[in-house]
Amino acid sequence: MKLNRRRFLGTTVAASATLAAPAVLGDGHDKPRVVVIGGGAGGATAARYIPKDSKGTIDVTLVEPTRTYYTCFFSNLYLGGFKEMDDLGHSYGGLAASGVNVVHDWAVGVDRNTKTVTLAGGAQIKYDKLILSPGIDFVDMSVPGWDITTQNAMPHAYKAGSQTELLKAQLMAMPEGGVFAMVAPPNPYRCPPGPYERVSMVAHYLKANNPTAKIIVADPKPKFSKMALFQEGWANHYEGMVDWIGEDFGGGNVSVDASAMTITIDGEETKVDVCNVIPAMKAGRIADIAGVTDGNWAPVNAADMSTKADPDVYVLGDASQQGDMPKSGFSANSQAKVCANAVRGALTGSKVFPAKFSNTCWSLIAANDGVKVGATYEATPDKIAKVDGFISQTGESADVRKATYQESEGWYAGITADMLG
Amino acid sequence: MGRLSHLLSGVAVALSGAAAAADEFGDAEAGAKVYSQCKGCHQVGAGATHRIGPHLNGLFGRPAAGLEDFKYSKSFQRAGASGLEWHAETLDAFLENPRSYASGTRMSYRGLKDEVDRKNVIAYLRTFSDDPANIPEADPTATPTDHDLDPTILAIQGDPEYGEYLSSECTTCHQASGGDAGIPSIVYWPEDDFVLAMHAYKNKQRQHPVMQMIAGRLNDEEIAALAAYFKNLDD
Repeated sequence: MKLNRRRFLGTTVAASATLAAPAVLGDGHDKPRVVVIGGGAGGATAARYIPKDSKGTIDVTLVEPTRTYYTCFFSNLYLGGFKEMDDLGHSYGGLAASGVNVVHDWAVGVDRNTKTVTLAGGAQIKYDKLILSPGIDFVDMSVPGWDITTQNAMPHAYKAGSQTELLKAQLMAMPEGGVFAMVAPPNPYRCPPGPYERVSMVAHYLKANNPTAKIIVADPKPKFSKMALFQEGWANHYEGMVDWIGEDFGGGNVSVDASAMTITIDGEETKVDVCNVIPAMKAGRIADIAGVTDGNWAPVNAADMSTKADPDVYVLGDASQQGDMPKSGFSANSQAKVCANAVRGALTGSKVFPAKFSNTCWSLIAANDGVKVGATYEATPDKIAKVDGFISQTGESADVRKATYQESEGWYAGITADMLG
Repeated sequence: MGRLSHLLSGVAVALSGAAAAADEFGDAEAGAKVYSQCKGCHQVGAGATHRIGPHLNGLFGRPAAGLEDFKYSKSFQRAGASGLEWHAETLDAFLENPRSYASGTRMSYRGLKDEVDRKNVIAYLRTFSDDPANIPEADPTATPTDHDLDPTILAIQGDPEYGEYLSSECTTCHQASGGDAGIPSIVYWPEDDFVLAMHAYKNKQRQHPVMQMIAGRLNDEEIAALAAYFKNLDD
């Protein structure tokens, strides 16, 4: 067993001899520099772990435009009335206090030849290693009739914050017996169970406040994450309220008219009171600007999350195309730790341990009715590959479901502390 | 304040005699049964040592966080520094709702709601406090074991540096601070307890799908490394 350890010690030393030396000696700067763009689950975790583990021998700058981070995970629980918006907001003060240079600005340019990031404010930052964790942007015209100029009439609420509050306000303003429509996104997208947890939380709100209201979901997919669990829950808690129209019934043939507040599904037009359009997704724009995307996403190497395009540029979380992991905050956090370990090893010669990844996604269907799905993953030459997994079962006892929900609350406290200190 | 009320209750016992004492301390024999839910973490009696929680010999009259060789939560250290001391009354309130005294305790026990059970278990603990000097020291190897894990696995010396890296997979859910709302604390456990728990998940003797999955792909050395790391985690 000792041999194992010595074996990766050996490879690390060899790797760091070739990789670390030029970076450490780079152009007169005394410490190697890492720039992280995007302060969500991937970027914040990487920004926290690199200085923490390197004991201050690496300079880390985090570029993140917002001063308060609202978690997308648990934002559906705000729609359902289980959380306040303030519960979802977190400051970057803990990261700053732990030695990360937190810069609140937009990154607008990446020059991979000179290894320089340009900010909207005009500043330029040099890097030895660049970590991009920009999350998602939306694919133009993926839902005919919807674009960024109509998102006020038909919110996506798929980046937490003002959009989530807007959707909640529209939900609360629905007339008695009104119609809430959702356009669900095609694969792959952020948080696979997210749209369906949202349906559950909207139904929970309506059942208490507007019980004759209806929910229509137009879905381009034939099936979805935790489908049996959600459908069981909708039948048990919200009988007759949710009409899910999948691919087989034309759910993918959809367009909207934001001024008329109508949605047309497979040729049939319906007037609706709220229309939550979750368009097709792609990597956050800075990944495109950096030139590390191929199509909508940024392909990465599973062993360290470095991009296929550039060994000194890494992409974490939703924006990456890595293989089998779902796009989730948990996944981004897990990938960030593998990346942080590899970046530190490359820059300082510290031990690099083999990549291990894991993910669990909890969803709330109704009060104290929590379910989860999870898996472990490993790095293969081709991709991040699934090793083993589990999912909650239909027909579980109320006690199990309640414990699962409580566990999700524990996880929320855990991951936010793990990301932000 | 703790000391004063302790004194006063002592006076009351002395004055009103056996009936009051019985009323205050309950039935130690019944308490031994209640204690079975505590013993996973707290040892008491001959040869008791600190495990996940501190040993409970000589508990009566001991200040909270009063043993130097156990790493208490900050919450308990504060409670001890501000004068909390263990006797029947404070133990009763603590056991009813552990967070009433120490909101940040790592004890994941949610509380003993039955008043008679509390009195009985306090009576049982009292039997290990009357005169701790009379409790014979035992050979550590006499510590009972109720597991069948290969001793060579328990003997593996974990590498804490490797454990630190592996721990990042744990701290997504289990808080490094020891907070345990919804998800148990795993910090400062004795290495044996940690290793036994992880192997119990790995062998599917403990039932939790996430932990079975996580532990399932950790090898013996990795589990030992995690145990070594979490045992001495800095605050």
